[in-house]
Amino acid sequence: MNSIILRTASQLLLTILLLFSLFLMLRGHDLPGGGFIGGLVGAAAVALYAIAFGYRAAQAMLRISPRMLVGVGLLAAVAAGFLALLQGQAFLTGQWWIIGLGEGAELKLSSPLLFDIGVYLVVVGTVLTMVFALEER
Amino acid sequence: MSWLVAAPVVLPLLTAALLFVLQSRSEVQRVLSTTSTAVLVTLSVILLYRVSEGGILVAQFGEWRAPFGISFVADHLSAIMVVVTGVMAVATAVYALRDIDGTREELGYHPLFHVLLAGINGAFLTGDLFNLYVWFEVLLISSFVLLTLGNRREQLEGGIKYVAVNLVSSMIFLGAIGLVYGLTGTLNFADLAVRLPEAPGGLVTVIAMLFLVAFGVKAALFPLFFWLPASYHTPPLAIAALFAGMLTKVGVYALIRVFTLLFVHDVAYTHTILLWISGFTMLIGVLGAAAQSDVRKLLSFHIISQIGYMIMGLALYTPLALLGSIFYIVHNIVAKANLFLIAGIGRRLTGSFDLARMGGLYRGAPFLSVLFLISAFSLAGFPPLSGFWAKLVVVLAGARVEAWPIVAVALLVGLLTLYSMTKVWQAAFWTPLPAGERMQERPSALLYAPAVGLALLTLAMGLWSGPFLALTEAAANELMDPSIYVRAVLGEAAAAAMRGDTP
Repeated sequence: MNSIILRTASQLLLTILLLFSLFLMLRGHDLPGGGFIGGLVGAAAVALYAIAFGYRAAQAMLRISPRMLVGVGLLAAVAAGFLALLQGQAFLTGQWWIIGLGEGAELKLSSPLLFDIGVYLVVVGTVLTMVFALEER
Repeated sequence: MSWLVAAPVVLPLLTAALLFVLQSRSEVQRVLSTTSTAVLVTLSVILLYRVSEGGILVAQFGEWRAPFGISFVADHLSAIMVVVTGVMAVATAVYALRDIDGTREELGYHPLFHVLLAGINGAFLTGDLFNLYVWFEVLLISSFVLLTLGNRREQLEGGIKYVAVNLVSSMIFLGAIGLVYGLTGTLNFADLAVRLPEAPGGLVTVIAMLFLVAFGVKAALFPLFFWLPASYHTPPLAIAALFAGMLTKVGVYALIRVFTLLFVHDVAYTHTILLWISGFTMLIGVLGAAAQSDVRKLLSFHIISQIGYMIMGLALYTPLALLGSIFYIVHNIVAKANLFLIAGIGRRLTGSFDLARMGGLYRGAPFLSVLFLISAFSLAGFPPLSGFWAKLVVVLAGARVEAWPIVAVALLVGLLTLYSMTKVWQAAFWTPLPAGERMQERPSALLYAPAVGLALLTLAMGLWSGPFLALTEAAANELMDPSIYVRAVLGEAAAAAMRGDTP
């Protein structure tokens, strides 16, 4: 679609939507949000870019194929389940690493976060595979 | 120990992830895919061995205890089904090496195959009603893509019928799950087995019928079967064989699970309906097959007909009948999938799936004829092949409870199946090739290997049926006493309370 308004707006929106999708994903641990919904917003951002600039431009921007994203995401999610093996616990048992940052602040890393990142990537990859397949027609 | 129970699902998922990443390297993909199925069958056999030695194994994911977390439960039935899935996975993965073309590989055949396996095994192992729904969706979506991979017109037509009907069934399934949750406040199988008897019987019966419709579609029961012959003849044979063997059996498994563990409050009502359905399913399937001339469609109708026997075993609801039902499932998966594989080889030799245009296979490929004879006569129930024992036990169980009408139907359908198989034998093997047609060159040994393996398995199940029957007997006894399942998942207290409620 050749519209200068859409092009200008989508460049701005791309950044905002991607940031928002990451926010949604991180928020999802104990509030509404999560990898699935975040992934949908992320995929929507790229899809908007594809509508404004054509799917080839969107593919070039992504650099890797959407199916690779599905694979990496699935690997991350399964790996999150396997982390419990190191502790001799059941599959998918949550593992936490709390890193102190000084002044009372701490960074909580966990296997559920890794799982959610996996879900995010799988959703982005799946939706974009479908979007690109439709655009190619 | 809990890792072993999760392995049949985690391994295919992990393999699928690696295969997605290795998308562009088809040589590596093939090796990885086949190796993974070999590991899968090994792990499954270990699982079955452990279950047969030490009883039901339970995994609580994330160490959230049942009924709050998701449990995976491997009892005899689940473990047997997982082993059969593993066997079918190896057979079809090897067959696919020569049957699946480069385009389909590029479109993602290999990863989707493993996602499908994960879905099937997940459905067999899960101990949670909603989780069962999730695995059903996983296998539905991956099977839909596999079915339409290649984008031919007839594939899309079959695929749309397949997905539309199955989506409706999923919606009914989901609705029924909601009602169960509203009624009992739990979705864990074991917890439901304890709580459903306290719920109002009439409502439970209504919910049971909703599940019957939902799983009836998946299992291709009368009158909800029509999507199956409309779609199963369209994909390549490696895919069709896996579908024909496994997918409807997941539906049958789900029916057996819910109608032995959950909905046994009014057996006289619910299981009588099942019995009627089983009779019609047998008859309609075999009559439909008689009208077909395409081998794949003919075999598709036989799938439906054979499902009837399995449901008949469930409907009679005695230990012997359930034993027959489970043995029948195992026998049928092996024999039926093999017939699809053999049909694929026959197609390569004669250039057609149409019985009128096939021929001369007895002269041209005597070895293939032997393979066909073993599987086809096993399907028809000829002694001493596996199908004979399967039919014998089911019919015997019917005779024991003096359900003569269904016994008569079962015997009649056996005869008609034999007629149908003889028709294929005569048209494809005995009749000479039509004038002007020539036998193609020998197909690769990689196509023959799985067919030989499955034929040997059919023979083994017939000639040394003892160990197989012993395993299925253990499965049937477990199913007849739900408190064993409850004790394994929730502990002794819950099981004791349950036995107190239902003496």
